[in-house]
Amino acid sequence: MVVFMIVGKAEPLYELEYGRQQGEGLDDVAYLHEFILYSSLDMINNAALWSNSATFLRVVDKFNYLSVSAYASQGGKIFLLLHPGKSEDAVRTFFVEAHELYVKYLMNPFANADDPIVSPHFNAHMRNLAKKI
Amino acid sequence: MSERKVPIRASILDKPLIRPKTEVSLSSFAFLFSEIVQYSQTRVSSIADLEKKLETLGYSIGQKLIEMISCRDRATKRETRLVGMLQYVSNVLWKHLFGKAADNLERSMENEDEYMIHENSPVTNTFVSVPADMGHLNCAAFIAGIIAGALDSARFNAKVTAHLVESETGIDRTIFLVKFAPEVISRE
Repeated sequence: MVVFMIVGKAEPLYELEYGRQQGEGLDDVAYLHEFILYSSLDMINNAALWSNSATFLRVVDKFNYLSVSAYASQGGKIFLLLHPGKSEDAVRTFFVEAHELYVKYLMNPFANADDPIVSPHFNAHMRNLAKKI
Repeated sequence: MSERKVPIRASILDKPLIRPKTEVSLSSFAFLFSEIVQYSQTRVSSIADLEKKLETLGYSIGQKLIEMISCRDRATKRETRLVGMLQYVSNVLWKHLFGKAADNLERSMENEDEYMIHENSPVTNTFVSVPADMGHLNCAAFIAGIIAGALDSARFNAKVTAHLVESETGIDRTIFLVKFAPEVISRE
């Protein structure tokens, strides 16, 4: 069960939840996941983004058994992944592929860099990527 | 209820991003750019608006360009310092756009937050002759927009303007004045 988010400067551009098991309650768990991601975002924006000059920021926050990994692109977009302790290499590969998919989406001249991503194609490809972790 | 099958078309997301470096011919760019300027000219009422329109076009290009280049180069590091970012713009971005690095990058003496990128003859201006009634129109506003888009996207908010400097030796240089926002300076 992983939650992936792409955040621009002002607002989240994309969110994906993958692999929810049967029996997990719907609403409150989803809000909790979002809350964890947003609070880790505060930490990243104030500290890690400017002190660490790497793109892959590794695990930036932990909550119970879940950890938040982050990846920052040169273009100021932050990729967040909430996961139950996956291997670092798998997460890094996922981020790199997600970044490439995002850039391909951006190459569309009608796509604004600041707008949320609503393309169903993008969603489908992202689900395929999430399946692989 | 019958289901309508949606034909599967290859989308832009299926095509490979990493391509061998291709070059675009100068004449096709010049043609396209001249059409862009003429198109914008009919839709604005003043020179400042025309420059603003070119700058806006460049801005969206800059935002996407910086993402694409950092992804294509498979960068594992990114620029977090101001000077490093400017060098990234004047070297990497410039090489990608124009095939060469910018001619010069310097810091302004008077103001702490201003930097200048020099470019001897930007491709946007080489084929443009400005009529007398247009006065100080500078089509390099397009390139200024690209720089501004790239810097803003990387969270180094800046205002970029293009200025033409005539020198005695006969070579007219274009200077891109980059003025950073106060929060960027205070972050340094």
